[in-house]
Amino acid sequence: MEQILYAIPFLGHGLYITLLVSAIVVALSLFLGVLFGVGLVYGPWPVALMVRIFSDCIRGIPILVLIFVVYYGFPQLGLNMSSFWAAVLALTLFKTAQVIEYVRGAIGSIPRGQMEGAMSIGLVFSDRLRFVIFPQAVRRFLPPWINGVTDAIKGSALVSLLGVVDLMQAINQVIGRTYEPMPLYLLGAFIYFAINYSLSSLSRMLERRYSYIRD
Amino acid sequence: MASEHLLDIRQLAKSFGKHQVLKAVDLHVSKGEVVTVIGPSGSGKTTLLRCVNFLETYDGGSIRIDGTEVGYRNDGPQRRRRGEVDLARMRAETGMVFQSFNLFPHLTAAENVMLGLRRVRKKPKREAREIALHWLGRVGLGHKADSLPGELSGGQQQRVGIARAVAMEPKILLLDEITSALDPELVGEVLDVVRQLAGDGMTMLMVTHEIAFARDASHRIVFMADGMVSAVVPPDQLQAAAAENDRLRSFLSRFSATAH
Repeated sequence: MEQILYAIPFLGHGLYITLLVSAIVVALSLFLGVLFGVGLVYGPWPVALMVRIFSDCIRGIPILVLIFVVYYGFPQLGLNMSSFWAAVLALTLFKTAQVIEYVRGAIGSIPRGQMEGAMSIGLVFSDRLRFVIFPQAVRRFLPPWINGVTDAIKGSALVSLLGVVDLMQAINQVIGRTYEPMPLYLLGAFIYFAINYSLSSLSRMLERRYSYIRD
Repeated sequence: MASEHLLDIRQLAKSFGKHQVLKAVDLHVSKGEVVTVIGPSGSGKTTLLRCVNFLETYDGGSIRIDGTEVGYRNDGPQRRRRGEVDLARMRAETGMVFQSFNLFPHLTAAENVMLGLRRVRKKPKREAREIALHWLGRVGLGHKADSLPGELSGGQQQRVGIARAVAMEPKILLLDEITSALDPELVGEVLDVVRQLAGDGMTMLMVTHEIAFARDASHRIVFMADGMVSAVVPPDQLQAAAAENDRLRSFLSRFSATAH
């Protein structure tokens, strides 16, 4: 208990960094993933092919390797960035590839007739997506995506390997001073769990909210 | 090139891979006319209908509505696909009712009808809702305006589908086997609505397996077989035409048990 009280101020900033990294990664990957996902499903074949290659390559690489490639490899290509942004970039690439697949799956689950119905009343492509496809796809997209958000928060602990002082690294630093790993790792585990459990509860709530639509 | 017909299809050709679905189809529909396409499955009738509002591209020939070519524009000797905005504007002029309804399940009946009025016809919300309620009333569903499609029967859903199409005031209404997915006892209520629209002078091109209805409600019946128009007759001469057309005779014989 004593160690935990001692640690809390240090962990506060670490938690802030963890949440900041997660939020940037989630927001960027959502934007890019939806954009590329739509490109994969509806784009002309060169676009679809490029997205497909990107997604398959990224998803085939362990996220840890990806982080090191970005951090150590990109400077050699003349792209210098801080360890924070290198970590954010690597995690965003990884998450974007996942979002692309969620989008593909969600849009793919909508019957083709929906697009045709929307065409038949004269809606342009962007309106067909906005008013017909997306509102229906979102309920298929949300559960795996929120699950992916919890993965992103857990995965953000990997940024500690580049020396970014996130929650994980803050815990390690405190342990370096107290030499009592167990209570602090348990505390860390509890914090991650508390965040992610609330997210998955939210996900279940949203699923119930959308369940009134019959297929 | 002006055309006296509202819909003028000439030498229409379409293939899916190596399979030629439509081979030089000629067909025209005048304003206020109801034309029904019948034929065995695989004869290309649904594909023909889908080409008219460019849900399906076509390879050769031309489709003109009010003299404007559907889907393509001629750029010198080259035929180019029209742009997205152009295509959408043309599709808004051709209403379509689908076999599987294709209502938007997340929107109420009224919202289904309003979407095109709002986004394509640019009507303010209040006016769009008034028009939607008017048409839902016309198909006998004024009291279901705020129901979701999932809460309606098949026949009711299809009537919403019809309201959604006609509310856009299309030049021509395309009906693609609109009763095929319905339980037999629900077919009548949908056909009644179509009959009513025909009475109002709506121009219609429909594909149906309801031969009795086709005879009763159309001005002309087109019999398609193997991707070609095999016969075009007024409904009262269908039997007479069958005497001279083997394929039509064998096609109709399958219905004779139920059609009378």
